[in-house]
Amino acid sequence: MHELSICQALIEQVEQIAIEHSALCVTDIYLTIGPLSGVEPHLVEQAFPIAAAGTVAEKAKLTIDKSPVKVYCESCGTETIVAANRLLCGECGTWQTQLRGGDEMILQRVELESNKEE
Amino acid sequence: MCDTCGCNITPGNEHLVRADGKLAVTEDGKQAVNVLKSLLSENDHQAQHNRDHFDRHGVLAINLMSSPGSGKTALLEATIEALKDSGLSIAVVEGDLETENDAERIRAHGVPAIQIATGSACHLDAHMVHDALHQLDLDSVDILFIENVGNLVCPASFDLGHHHNITLLSTTEGDDKPAKYPVMFRAADLMLITKCDLLHVLDDFSPDKAERYLRELASSAPAFCLSAKSGEGLEQWLEWLSDAVKSHKERTEKDETIQPRIQIDGVKFHQVSGHHHDNAHAHSHGHAHPHTHSHPHDHS
Repeated sequence: MHELSICQALIEQVEQIAIEHSALCVTDIYLTIGPLSGVEPHLVEQAFPIAAAGTVAEKAKLTIDKSPVKVYCESCGTETIVAANRLLCGECGTWQTQLRGGDEMILQRVELESNKEE
Repeated sequence: MCDTCGCNITPGNEHLVRADGKLAVTEDGKQAVNVLKSLLSENDHQAQHNRDHFDRHGVLAINLMSSPGSGKTALLEATIEALKDSGLSIAVVEGDLETENDAERIRAHGVPAIQIATGSACHLDAHMVHDALHQLDLDSVDILFIENVGNLVCPASFDLGHHHNITLLSTTEGDDKPAKYPVMFRAADLMLITKCDLLHVLDDFSPDKAERYLRELASSAPAFCLSAKSGEGLEQWLEWLSDAVKSHKERTEKDETIQPRIQIDGVKFHQVSGHHHDNAHAHSHGHAHPHTHSHPHDHS
């Protein structure tokens, strides 16, 4: 259950951004999380209020974009969406593929309310 | 992952950055800040610091991950004994929720061991490892083993600053573990199937099947069978290890370093930005091919 550690790291980053932009509060946080990041989006959603309590992000709405697992096959040149535990090319079945998506664990965007227009 | 040079901007997300520069204003007048940073960027930053520290001292750092009880400490004990007269010096950082037991087992073999008691934390992170490093004299160390908390889930997400990930799978666990825990096994630069002295009494574990499940994760990492108890298969592992030490010495002399083959959300970004990142190595199944990592994965 490392999602709480992840949320605490997220809150630290968000607090830093809020300070940099003299924000009163954070209203929205957008994440992208893929199945191969090792982080479960619904556990992040559960852990988020605990990590956010008492911070500038306490009332922020958390939106998680779940990215699909995509592999690129060099032998047949196709990109296919596959299951997280079978990264074989969806077209020709070879295992020598390159991951092109699905391992993200990224803070995409933060929306802030502040006093002044910048 | 690198957050400074812009290599984390992909065709998929660049519109966020380009739209209105770094700062945009939403329709209802809120400030929108596009961040595009790994959620673990603080940990990753500390990990890079640790890696620099290892490289300066010419230390090869290896992260051992597995379920509890799959034989990480036993493997280290056998490795220490086997390398006694090799001239290579070893140190160990032990991660467990509680007790000094594993560190004491290692110290009994005359090797320095620092125990990290994580309390309730299910993994080691780069900061914990950094604190432990202050208690070690790295100048006299060639190989630092970091024995992670026994757990097939969480440790895979945290870069500690090490150079290689090794994932152990013991024969008593079931050969489909790579399919059940893809994040962990995909992160492995080497998979060690341990307790293979028990194979003759276990009719439901097939090393070939375990390796097949590993390949289905698009991994070309070698897979060796060994037993720390009987000594069977240790030679191949020791050869891999001494090759890894040699390659690392050569790298550090050229001011280069290496990261574990799969670092969460780093690989893809660097590929998109045109950095060569050979994720699926050309050579096939690993039994007969020690994996030498001849190319540096230089995430600056």
